[in-house]
Amino acid sequence: MGNRTPLYDAHVAMGGKMVDFGGWDMPLHYGSQLEEHNKVRTAAGMFDVSHMTVVDVDGDGARDYLRYLLANDVAKLDGKPGKALYTGMLNERGGVIDDLIVYLRDPGYRVVVNCATREKDMAWMQEQAKQFDVTLTERPELAMVAVQGPEALDKAKEVLGIEWTAAIDALKPFESVARGEWFVARTGYTGEDGLEIMLAADDADGFWRALEKAGVAPCGLGARDTLRLEAGMNLYGHEMDDDTSPLAANMGWTVAWEPEERKFVGREALEAEKAAGRKQKLVGLVLEERGVLRAGQVVKVDGSDEVGIITSGTFSPTLGHSIAMARVPVSVGDRAQVEIRKKLVPVKVVKPSFVRNGKSVI
Amino acid sequence: MSEIRNELKYLSSHEWARLEEDGTVTIGISDHAQDALGDVVYVETPEVGTNLAAGDEAGVVESVKAASDIYAPVSGEVIEVNEALEDAPETVNSSPYDEGWFFRVKPSDTSELDNMLDADAYRAESEEG
Repeated sequence: MGNRTPLYDAHVAMGGKMVDFGGWDMPLHYGSQLEEHNKVRTAAGMFDVSHMTVVDVDGDGARDYLRYLLANDVAKLDGKPGKALYTGMLNERGGVIDDLIVYLRDPGYRVVVNCATREKDMAWMQEQAKQFDVTLTERPELAMVAVQGPEALDKAKEVLGIEWTAAIDALKPFESVARGEWFVARTGYTGEDGLEIMLAADDADGFWRALEKAGVAPCGLGARDTLRLEAGMNLYGHEMDDDTSPLAANMGWTVAWEPEERKFVGREALEAEKAAGRKQKLVGLVLEERGVLRAGQVVKVDGSDEVGIITSGTFSPTLGHSIAMARVPVSVGDRAQVEIRKKLVPVKVVKPSFVRNGKSVI
Repeated sequence: MSEIRNELKYLSSHEWARLEEDGTVTIGISDHAQDALGDVVYVETPEVGTNLAAGDEAGVVESVKAASDIYAPVSGEVIEVNEALEDAPETVNSSPYDEGWFFRVKPSDTSELDNMLDADAYRAESEEG
């Protein structure tokens, strides 16, 4: 038996097919992954993401610490309590230890990292924290629910009640608002509008069931993966890892080069990589014929003897054909070939983003 | 609990085979297999006229989650494939033993069916894991 979130009983009661995910018993789907996917694109769905690791960063040195620890610059959050920032946490070689979201609290910061990387993340964060006046507090007692889709905000307001309405209406994307243990952020991992809500474990079951009564579909990890892939969002361990630079993972935009005097872990390695010219980049692939692109398949591009590799691939329920993200030589043009079961299949090369707000963007 | 039909024969790789009255053998994948795969989005069947040997790769079924090879449980010539699966692969999920069949062969040796698992043996195997 793995770890269970406070919503485990609710998942089982709602027909969740439970699987092991990084040591946690999590729902893969509740019957049909495709239906769950479509519900998020057209109405509203909800995901239990309580397995993710929430860490509060406090102390006089918290800002300096995070400016050193993270490739993006938390100085961008100054004076904007509640604002969120997406960033990589790099090693000295410029590889990605994890990708995460950091929120400015009042006072302090809150960081949400991946569950599969929790132990190495915590060890690394503690190690770097020694040089700073900072305390790290894990918050395993919090549950986390993502409500996503075009109707997500309305449904969440309906359930949370009148006292939250104005606060949620005031939220812009990548902003959050906190009340007691409740922490409501307009963020997500689906390419749709929506909220990610942290709350006390004791409140989670009631909240989840109330959302379901309001018509929000419970969705499993399967739909979470097809949604994020359509949205072109990276998954740790696939698009990036300890040996992959953020520059080769479509995360260049999350690296804050300015101000030049800010030192952050991995900066020197990234600057050297930039000076030498990067060799690989992350692209999107579209398969127009039948079949499904899968992680690990080899990608051949014109102008290079080096091959690329598919980092994530799936059937896209919204588009009705297969899509993938792939790390390929920079010489790639607008066509490439993928080896599927010993056959070379032509694919279209696009930016790694396929669906936003329910519509194709390719 | 997934359905296992008593009148069918099975492979431990989750294909089923049914000897029809006309002597042909119809092949598909079990209810257990479709449930484990999740939503099926693409089925690749062998071409009509292909001569298969028992154990040959005969096709592929792809779900949103994974790709899985389909093996021929008996030797013989492929005489028909379920073309409806091209436009409606989800039929494999909704009707694995009836509408969701994959292909039909003219078997060269029907005694090969005896090498397959009967329903009880398949039930025991699929319950183990």
